[in-house]
Amino acid sequence: MTRLQRVFRDLARYPSAIVGLVIIAGLLIVAVYAVISIPYSEAIRLWRGGDEVVRENPRNARPVWANLFSRAELPRTIVLSSRDGSAEKSTEVLPGAKDVTITFTFDFPYDDFPQEIIVFFTAQYAARQPHVEMAWLTPDGRSIRVGDISPRWSDAFRFALDTRLVRRLGGQVPQVALFANPDPPPARGGQEGVPVPLKGTYQLQVSGLVFEEEGDVDAQLVVYGQVHGLGGTDHRRRDLMVALLWGTPVALAFGLLAALGSTVTTMVIAAIGVWFGGAVDATIQRITEVNLILPVLPILIMVGTLYSRSIWIILGLVILLSIFGSSIKTFRAIFLQVKESPYIEAAQAYGAGNWRVILHYLVPRIVPLLVPQLVVLVPTFVFLEASLAVLGLGDPVLPTWGKVINDANSQGALFNRYYYWVLEPAALLMLTGLGFTMVGFALDRIFNPRLRDL
Amino acid sequence: MVETTLPLMETDEAAVTGTTTANTLVRVAKYTIVKTVALFVTIVVGVYLTILIANMGGHVDKIRRAQIREGLAVTIGLDPAYRHLTSAERNQLIEEMAIVEEVRLGLDRPFIVRTFGFLTNALTLNLGRAEQLTSDTGSKLVRLILLERLPPTLLLFATANMFLFFMSVFLALSLSRRYGSLLDRAVVALAPTSAAPGWFYGIFLILIFASLLGVLPFGGMVGAPPPAEPLPYALSLLKHLILPVTAIVISAVFLTIYTWRTFFLIYSSEDYVEMAKAKGLSSSMIEQRYILRPTLPTIITSFALTLIALWTGAIILETVFNWPGLGRLLFRAIGLYDTPVIVGVTVIYAYLLGITVFLLDIIYALIDPRVRVGEGGRRV
Repeated sequence: MTRLQRVFRDLARYPSAIVGLVIIAGLLIVAVYAVISIPYSEAIRLWRGGDEVVRENPRNARPVWANLFSRAELPRTIVLSSRDGSAEKSTEVLPGAKDVTITFTFDFPYDDFPQEIIVFFTAQYAARQPHVEMAWLTPDGRSIRVGDISPRWSDAFRFALDTRLVRRLGGQVPQVALFANPDPPPARGGQEGVPVPLKGTYQLQVSGLVFEEEGDVDAQLVVYGQVHGLGGTDHRRRDLMVALLWGTPVALAFGLLAALGSTVTTMVIAAIGVWFGGAVDATIQRITEVNLILPVLPILIMVGTLYSRSIWIILGLVILLSIFGSSIKTFRAIFLQVKESPYIEAAQAYGAGNWRVILHYLVPRIVPLLVPQLVVLVPTFVFLEASLAVLGLGDPVLPTWGKVINDANSQGALFNRYYYWVLEPAALLMLTGLGFTMVGFALDRIFNPRLRDL
Repeated sequence: MVETTLPLMETDEAAVTGTTTANTLVRVAKYTIVKTVALFVTIVVGVYLTILIANMGGHVDKIRRAQIREGLAVTIGLDPAYRHLTSAERNQLIEEMAIVEEVRLGLDRPFIVRTFGFLTNALTLNLGRAEQLTSDTGSKLVRLILLERLPPTLLLFATANMFLFFMSVFLALSLSRRYGSLLDRAVVALAPTSAAPGWFYGIFLILIFASLLGVLPFGGMVGAPPPAEPLPYALSLLKHLILPVTAIVISAVFLTIYTWRTFFLIYSSEDYVEMAKAKGLSSSMIEQRYILRPTLPTIITSFALTLIALWTGAIILETVFNWPGLGRLLFRAIGLYDTPVIVGVTVIYAYLLGITVFLLDIIYALIDPRVRVGEGGRRV
């Protein structure tokens, strides 16, 4: 334990190492939080569940904190439903029919227009569909007829797609026309004629006629905002926070396992080569040279395309391909010195076998060198996984940071100025990279005193 | 530039005064031959492994069978002697001839034997036709598609690495002189940024210079439509090169400078450097003759490892920047499941990596006077 304490005391002398440790600790906390707060199956459902799961989310919405950077406050999503009591619903029973009125009342204090307005209906009927009419009431008392629909079991009325509504609003898109101030205050240095939203309390009245006594109709109004959650959403309305949170344990697990697997095997192979020497050593050296120039990424891509994109198969292959990595040469140089140490001779004298010497006497000596190597390697593998995902070869099930970047890239996020979409996963990748490398560099100096002064 | 040409000339001078020039030539030639053979074997092994992996599920065999049938269909379709046949008869004929052809090509032989047959084809890039992709000239031959994509990749990679090398040598040397200065400590602090690959910085560069500032293009190699005159073409090319080259350089430069500066510092604490200082030699002379020259072999070895890592990064960098090179071709081939092209790109990358290492080995031989084949010439 004292040795570990000494390492930590030494680390504390490097400010960059402290920053790195804080970053790693933060990432670990996020990883644990992600796994606990969103169980695996829930994460998969949220990420791959399809329209039902995400229908209340806006498309390509910025994160909520984007409001901090803009003078105008961008609207959030407003969801009201007659099912959960957030909208008033009154039913009047008529002979052989029912008159249902649903009133959605909401406050709109934002400086920009919503993205989209949709009313989702669920109707119960045996033969004849109910019929509903919708009217829009603005804060300044205007009433605008929206349209009518005979909803099926599950139906949606999309304001922007209703051509009659658009025509009635003079060709303006409904989410702008319905919220615009009909007589805007004089523009402060801005352009004239640009619509400005009218703040205040809006109402949508849905009055429906149900033609059966058993029948019923319910409605849910979704006024999609331009910001959503801490992570924003992507082109398929998915909350990016799910991928960002779940990407953390995936990236850390992949990076750590790959780094551990490859360094430990490399070290053992180097020790075997040095101990047995001769043909064994020569073979290992030649394999290393071949392995060094193998095109690792294209091979991984080939496997990903032709066989399996599972992250665990790729992990195994990555470890396999890096066993004979370039660090074998570094390890070998040190083992060659260690091999001549008197204590090895002593071990042989008391009758230790080859494998005992390798595993109990040679390998432990090099652990100090291994630790910084391992820590420095973690980001390499994290980025390798991200690279594969960016190429579209990410794990088919798990949400990862690289897959978010891949989606963003294929949807032209930078071109369309959805910067948050790229910056969030990129920032997390960068943090992971910096955290581990900073600690690794500091460890390297501590364990290799030769470098300490440089 | 000065730093590297000088020691090269000195090697020659030393050769004239010390041993004979012929002797040096023989040594370097012998070294080159040994390296060439070793490299060729390495590439063959690499390509063979690629084939083994690709053909594990019979993918390559499928390509070859399809190729045979396609060839036969064309031959029979064009041959007037078979015109009277109905399509069913014709298909049957193709099938029969295909089986004969498969036996002739040895597709009925055991798996291991077959892979060796395919090895020669792969080594000569004789990979048949692409399933979906075509070259710009409209050919479906994998070899033509690959060769067409090679120059842009080489252009991008060579430019970036030239910059990287000379910038790093120059800065590392000047930092080792100003050891402990603010700039020196800044580079040390920035070294961890090299954990991220080039494409990663590429995204940020596109964000800043293309999307926010709008001064440089988002991607591609030349503007659309490509300028007809050579000069505007070159200028457009240059403009499109800036961001990807910068991305590659940023992703490696700080760590490289940091590592090389450490090498320089180690070598500048040698006794003969102190001796040179005591003799009163100028500091630039000391730097070039007594520090740079003995460090260069170590630097070349370190650069080889950096280059190998950068090749991997270049694949995705090209995708991010829409650079019409091999990396982007691979990306498109993945999207279309175009197996012959994927195998072909893997093979060509094996070549490129091998040749990169080979070239650096030759430079190493020219720089390091200790090169003696077979007796610990190389230090890592």
